[in-house]
Amino acid sequence: MPDKTILSAKDLDFFYGPAQALRHITANIPANQVTAFIGPSGCGKSTFLRTINRMNDLIPIARVTGSLTFHGRDIYAPGVDVTALRRQIGMVFQKPNPFPMSVYDNVAYGPRTHGTCDRAKLDAIVEDSLRAAAIWDEVKDRLKKSALSLSGGQQQRVCIARALAVRPEVLLMDEATSALDPISTAKIEDLILELRERFTIIMVTHNMQQAARISDKTAFFLMGELIEYTATERLFSMPRDKRTEDYITGRFG
Amino acid sequence: MRSKFDRQLERLHQELTRMGALCEEAISASVLALLEDDQDMANIALAKERDIDQQERDIESLCMKLLLQQQPVARDLRTISSALKMISDMERIGDQAADIAEITRHIGGASLPGQVHIAEMTQAAAKMVTSSVESFVKRDLELAKAVIRYDDVVDQLFVEIKTSLTGLIRRDASSAEEALDLLMIAKYLERIGDHAVNVAEWVAYSITGVRRQ
Repeated sequence: MPDKTILSAKDLDFFYGPAQALRHITANIPANQVTAFIGPSGCGKSTFLRTINRMNDLIPIARVTGSLTFHGRDIYAPGVDVTALRRQIGMVFQKPNPFPMSVYDNVAYGPRTHGTCDRAKLDAIVEDSLRAAAIWDEVKDRLKKSALSLSGGQQQRVCIARALAVRPEVLLMDEATSALDPISTAKIEDLILELRERFTIIMVTHNMQQAARISDKTAFFLMGELIEYTATERLFSMPRDKRTEDYITGRFG
Repeated sequence: MRSKFDRQLERLHQELTRMGALCEEAISASVLALLEDDQDMANIALAKERDIDQQERDIESLCMKLLLQQQPVARDLRTISSALKMISDMERIGDQAADIAEITRHIGGASLPGQVHIAEMTQAAAKMVTSSVESFVKRDLELAKAVIRYDDVVDQLFVEIKTSLTGLIRRDASSAEEALDLLMIAKYLERIGDHAVNVAEWVAYSITGVRRQ
């Protein structure tokens, strides 16, 4: 069965003022799979991730050319509702960033913002989201406690639950486990594999073993270019490009 | 960068070369035991076989250590996984050399028919073993392919030995037992050639990333 493309970049360029951070990125990202972006710092992988839900709009000197489509519709077309886009394309960051409020309110925040006020509905969304993020059992008795009282790994899963609460289609994860201990990391990796059934996951990671463990496809970026993008197993066993081989085997520089 | 890893890989190459040399020595000693009716040589072959087993365990633990410490990918992963497969074949080569040495304990060396071919076959099989290991260390795909092709020469020699031994049994039924022992030896040498082909195929895989069908 051919992969169903959910996101498609074509000749995408990205500039921070005069500096070009992405060069002619062309790639189709398949739905319901885990796609990993790897590459050295400053290679453009996080920039590309952030173009997907227009997080870069917050940077005044940023400029995008080329096309980036979500379900065939241009993400950067005039008139696109960016808030709606970010509801469909959620994001989890490197450092857990729960709001300074209760676990419940963290997860209910998105649905409330989007107009859900019904208590029973909210309860159901909060429970579903916390279950989907594999944290329900750990927090179900302390939903009213501050999310900041949780451990880092728990906070990150609450943040994932918060992202899932608005029923996104795509989840962007920017080094979402790099600040966590190995056990929390393993929990989130397991979670990603489960979430793949219902969501499309795109993750930036500096941990190549993590990319090898849990992603279906891997994209290697270098100096703003997409060097190689293929099935993860292939990329880590038989990369086509010498630059990919040099990077993943640590022969860089 | 990664200088420790490179040193460890270099050591892996050295240890594999050493294991290849041990195999070659075991084969030569076992066949010399036969051709020159020399039991000291048979004992040397048996001792080499034990060294080969030990070498297999050492290389195996080195590979395990590399997998654990370096979590290799791409070419490194192929090199280490191929090494793990190759040493199984080399260990079997050692077993077969020992099997030949065992047979020489109850077979006289003097004026055996088919001896010329056995000597020739030994050289051919030993050459395949050495070249297969050399192709790994030098990452020489052409040499690996040459080893795979050379198996036909060893197979042909086996057929010739079989034919001459069949003739011998026909002429002189009392020599049948000896002839069968020789046939076993030839078969062991033929199997050694097959194991060298396996080694060469793993070398080709480690270079190209493609397993031969």
